[in-house]
Amino acid sequence: MAKNSQVIEREEVVIRFSGDSGDGMQLTGTLFSDTAALFGNDLSTFPDYPAEIRAPQGTVGGVSGFQIHLGHSEIDTPGDYADVLVAMNPAAVKANAKWVKPGGIIIFDKDNFTEKNIEKAGYISDPVIEEKLDSFNVIDAPISSMVKEALKNYGLDPKSVLRTKNMFALGMVYWLFDRKLKYTEQYFDKKFVKKPEIAEANKVALRAGYYYAETIEALNPVIKIEPAQIAKGTYRNICGNSATAWGFLAAAEKAGLKVFIGSYPITPATGILEEMATRKDLGVKSFQAEDEIAGICAALGASFAGNLAITSTSGPGMALKSEAIGLAVMTELPIVIVNVQRAGPSTGLPTKTEQADLMQALYGRNGECPVVVIAASTPSDCFHFAFEAARIALEHMTPVLLLTDSYLANGTEPWKIPKMKDLPKISPPFADKKDIPFLPYKRDCDTLARSWAIPGTPGLEHRIGGLEKTLKGTVSYIPENHEMMTKFRADKVAKVADKIPDLQVYGKNSGDLLVVGWGGSRGYLTTAVRELQSEGHKVSLANFNYINPMPKNVNEVLSKFKNIVVAELNMGQFADYLRIKYPDFKYKQINKVQGVPFTIKEIKDNCINILEGK
Amino acid sequence: MADLQTFQYTPKDFKSDQEVRWCPGCGDHAVLNAVQKALPELGIPKERFAFISGIGCSSRFPYYMDTFGFHGIHGRAAAIATGVKIANPELSVWEITGDGDALAIGGNHFIHAIRRNIDINIILFNNEIYGLTKGQYSPTSEKGLVTKTSPFGTVEEPFSVGELVIGAKGKFFARTIDANVTLSTQIYIEAAKHKGTSVVEVLQNCLIFNDGIHDIVAGREVRDERTLILKHGEPMIFGKENNKGLILEGLKLKVVKIGENGISEKNLLVHNALEPNPGIQYMLANMRYPEYPVALGVIRSVDGHTYETDVEEQIKAIQKDAKIKSVNDLLGSGSTWKVE
Repeated sequence: MAKNSQVIEREEVVIRFSGDSGDGMQLTGTLFSDTAALFGNDLSTFPDYPAEIRAPQGTVGGVSGFQIHLGHSEIDTPGDYADVLVAMNPAAVKANAKWVKPGGIIIFDKDNFTEKNIEKAGYISDPVIEEKLDSFNVIDAPISSMVKEALKNYGLDPKSVLRTKNMFALGMVYWLFDRKLKYTEQYFDKKFVKKPEIAEANKVALRAGYYYAETIEALNPVIKIEPAQIAKGTYRNICGNSATAWGFLAAAEKAGLKVFIGSYPITPATGILEEMATRKDLGVKSFQAEDEIAGICAALGASFAGNLAITSTSGPGMALKSEAIGLAVMTELPIVIVNVQRAGPSTGLPTKTEQADLMQALYGRNGECPVVVIAASTPSDCFHFAFEAARIALEHMTPVLLLTDSYLANGTEPWKIPKMKDLPKISPPFADKKDIPFLPYKRDCDTLARSWAIPGTPGLEHRIGGLEKTLKGTVSYIPENHEMMTKFRADKVAKVADKIPDLQVYGKNSGDLLVVGWGGSRGYLTTAVRELQSEGHKVSLANFNYINPMPKNVNEVLSKFKNIVVAELNMGQFADYLRIKYPDFKYKQINKVQGVPFTIKEIKDNCINILEGK
Repeated sequence: MADLQTFQYTPKDFKSDQEVRWCPGCGDHAVLNAVQKALPELGIPKERFAFISGIGCSSRFPYYMDTFGFHGIHGRAAAIATGVKIANPELSVWEITGDGDALAIGGNHFIHAIRRNIDINIILFNNEIYGLTKGQYSPTSEKGLVTKTSPFGTVEEPFSVGELVIGAKGKFFARTIDANVTLSTQIYIEAAKHKGTSVVEVLQNCLIFNDGIHDIVAGREVRDERTLILKHGEPMIFGKENNKGLILEGLKLKVVKIGENGISEKNLLVHNALEPNPGIQYMLANMRYPEYPVALGVIRSVDGHTYETDVEEQIKAIQKDAKIKSVNDLLGSGSTWKVE
C-alpha cells in the first residue's frame, strides 16, 4: 500500500464516529482505538450512546457516537472538538456538526442523505447548506453503494452487505491516519471464526474504504501521529468498569479471600457485574439479585460469612441500598458499594455522566451513619481505587463507597499493567481462638476496627444486627452507650486518614489559583491547567480521590493559593462540602449539569476570568 | 454426614445468655424451644449454624440462640441468608421471619429465594398481625379483620403461605402449630435435612394483638377435629375418633367419614410428600376450616438442584480448563503491547 500523498505530522487528533445506534459505531471506535494503542499512541476514548437500544432510525435521538483522542503527547481526556467526524446519516451531522473544529474533516455517507432521512434529522433543506458545511473539508462518499459494489459477488443478503458500511468508513479513516489494517482484520478472523464469509465481507469493506480514500484527492494530506513517549512496560486498553472489577479481584487475591458480588443490572454500572460474572475462572461468586436491595443484602450476608463483598450500582440503586448501608455501618462489616454515577435525579439521563451523587454518598442515610467515600479519576485508576476501597473496607471493618461515573465506566485508555507482587498485602482483623470469649464490638486500639469472626470457627459464635449494641454484642438502649458507639463508628472512619496518601498538587504548591476537582474530573482539569501553566499563569490543580476522610494535608494545600475554584459536574456539592470541612477559605465554583464533561475551553475561560479578577 | 457421636449437644447448648424478651405466653417461646430441641438431632457442629432474621417480634430469635446470628433489616432476611449460604455452603442457614417481614416488605426476596432453591430453612411465624408495631393487619390477615389500620375491617384478600411457596416453585413446605412442640421439632429436623429452600409455616399466637386467631382450628378442644397431621406414605386420617379422612372426588378433595357410605381406610388418599407434581399438595396446603381440616406436617418435600451447589460446580468446571488461574494471568490476557 504505497503512499504517494503528502504527509503532515500532528501532536494529537480527535476523531468522532457517529451514526444510527444500529450502525456499529461503538465497534468501529473500539477497533480504531485498539489499532492506535497497539501503534503506541496515548489515547482516551468516550462512547456516547442513547438509552434506547434501537431508538427511531434516522433521528437525532438515535445517534450513537464514539470519540477518540489520540496523540504523541500525554492525553488526559477524550477531547472536546473533533478534527474528523464520520457521520453515517444526516441525523449524525445534525447531532455533531457543532462539535467539529473549524476546517475539520467531515466524512458522510452520501447515499444515506435521502429526502426522507434529511427530513427525519430535522432539516428543511440540504444539510450541507443549513449547517454551512462548506467551511469544513467535506467528503461525501457514496459508502452504501460502494460496499454493495465491493460485495456483489460474495453471496450475502443485502442487510449483511449494508452492515459493513462502518468498516468502509473505518478503512477511510485508517488511510487518513496512515494506520495498518492488520489488527482489525485479525479481530474479524477471530470474531467470526465460524462465519468466515462475514469476516471476509468486513475485511473487503475495510480495504475498499482504505483504497477509496487513497484514490480520492480530498483526503490529502495523510496525518501522522507518532507514538507517545510513555513509560516502559506492558500495556493494554481498559475501560473503567473492567478496571473496577479487576481491582476487586486483585484485592481478594491479596487478602486471600473469596469474592462475592451481589448486584442488579443498571446502566452504566452493569459492566462491573458482567465482568465479575465472567470471572468464574478466578472463583468469583456473582449473584444477579432480584433487586438492588437484595444485591447489597446478599453481599452483606457473604461478608458476614467471610467473603470480600461487593455490590455495584448507579444513583437510583444507591437510593434503594441506603438502608442496608446503614446495616453495614451498624454491624461494622466490610463491604464495597460502587456507584457508577449517572445524570439524575430519578431516571434522569441514564447513559450520561454527572458527579451529583456526592452528598448522597456522604450523608444519604438515616442516623449518624459515616462511611468511607473514595472516588476514581481515570478509567484505568478505577483498578487502583477499587483495590483501595477493598483494602480499607477489609482492614478497617467498614463499608466503603467507591464513586466512579459514566464517563470513566465507558471510557478507555491505555494502561500500564501492574504486577501483583507490587501491590500491598491486605490483612483483615480476623478473630481467632485467643479472642474467646468473643466480644463482637471490641476494637483495635490503632484503627478502632472490630474483629471479624467467621461462621464455622468454633467458639466464636456471636450475634450482630441493626440494633445498637454494647461491646459484648448485647442489645442496649442505654443513652450513653448509643452516644459512645456513635462516636466510635465516626472515629473509626476518621482514623482511615492515617492510612491514606497526602493530596497531590499538580503544578507549584503556591500561586494565584488552585483548581480543585474530585474523581472523574481529573483528565480535563489536568489538560486545562497544563495549558494555562504553559501560557504563563500561576495555576495548579488538586484533584481529590479520598473524600471521606480527606487527606491530612488539605488545609495546608488550600492555604497557599490566592484563589480557589472548585470545578465539578453538579451544582456545587464538593464546594459546599469543603465549606463545611475547611470554612476558612473562599471557594469559587465552575459547575455544569448537561450530562457531558467540561470542555477544556470552559475551564480555561472560567479560570482566566478569576485570574483577571472578573 | 458428620458422625452423630462427635457432637453430643443438648438443647441447652443452643441457649444464649440473653434474657428472652417476648411477651409471657407468646407462641414464639415454644418455637424457640422446638428449634433448640431439633438442632442437637442434626449431627452438625454448633459453629456451623447461622440464624438470620429480618424485623419483627420473631426476628429477635437469633439473639436467643448460641450460634452465629445476624439480625437484619425489615424484609431482607432471605437476601442476607442467601448471601451467607452462597458464600459458605457448609453452613446450616436458618431464616427466622414473620408474615409481615416475609410476605409484605420482603415478598420479593421470599419468592426468589424459593425459586432459586437455595438450601436455607425458613421458619415463618404467621400470627396474621403486625405485633412489633402494635397491631396492624398483615398480608395473611383474614378479609374483614378489624385492626388499628383497618378500623372498619380490611378489604383485601390474604396470602396463603403454602400457595405462595408452591407458586414460587417451592420444593419443601410444612405447617405446624407453635404449641405443638413435638410436631414442630420433628418438622424442623425434616426441614434441615431437606436440600433446598424449606419453608415451615408456624401458626403462631400473638397474645396481645391477635390472641386466639388460630384457636378455631388449633385450640386444644377442637384441634383433633379441625387439623390433619400429614405423614408421608400414610392415609389422610383425622378426628378425635380417627374416623375422618380425605378422598379425591373429581378434581376436589372431600372430607369423608370412615364407615359411612361404604368408605373404609383403604379408600382414603395416601400422602405423598415426595411427588414432584404439586397438584394434591397444593390442595392440601390450601385447605381451610370449616370445609376442611387445616393440614399440618410436611406437605411437600421434593428433591432438586440447589443454587449454591450449582454455583460451586459451575466454578469448578470452568476452573478445570481455564487459562486464567490468577490475577496476573488476567492482567496479561487479551491484547497487550510492550513499550520498550
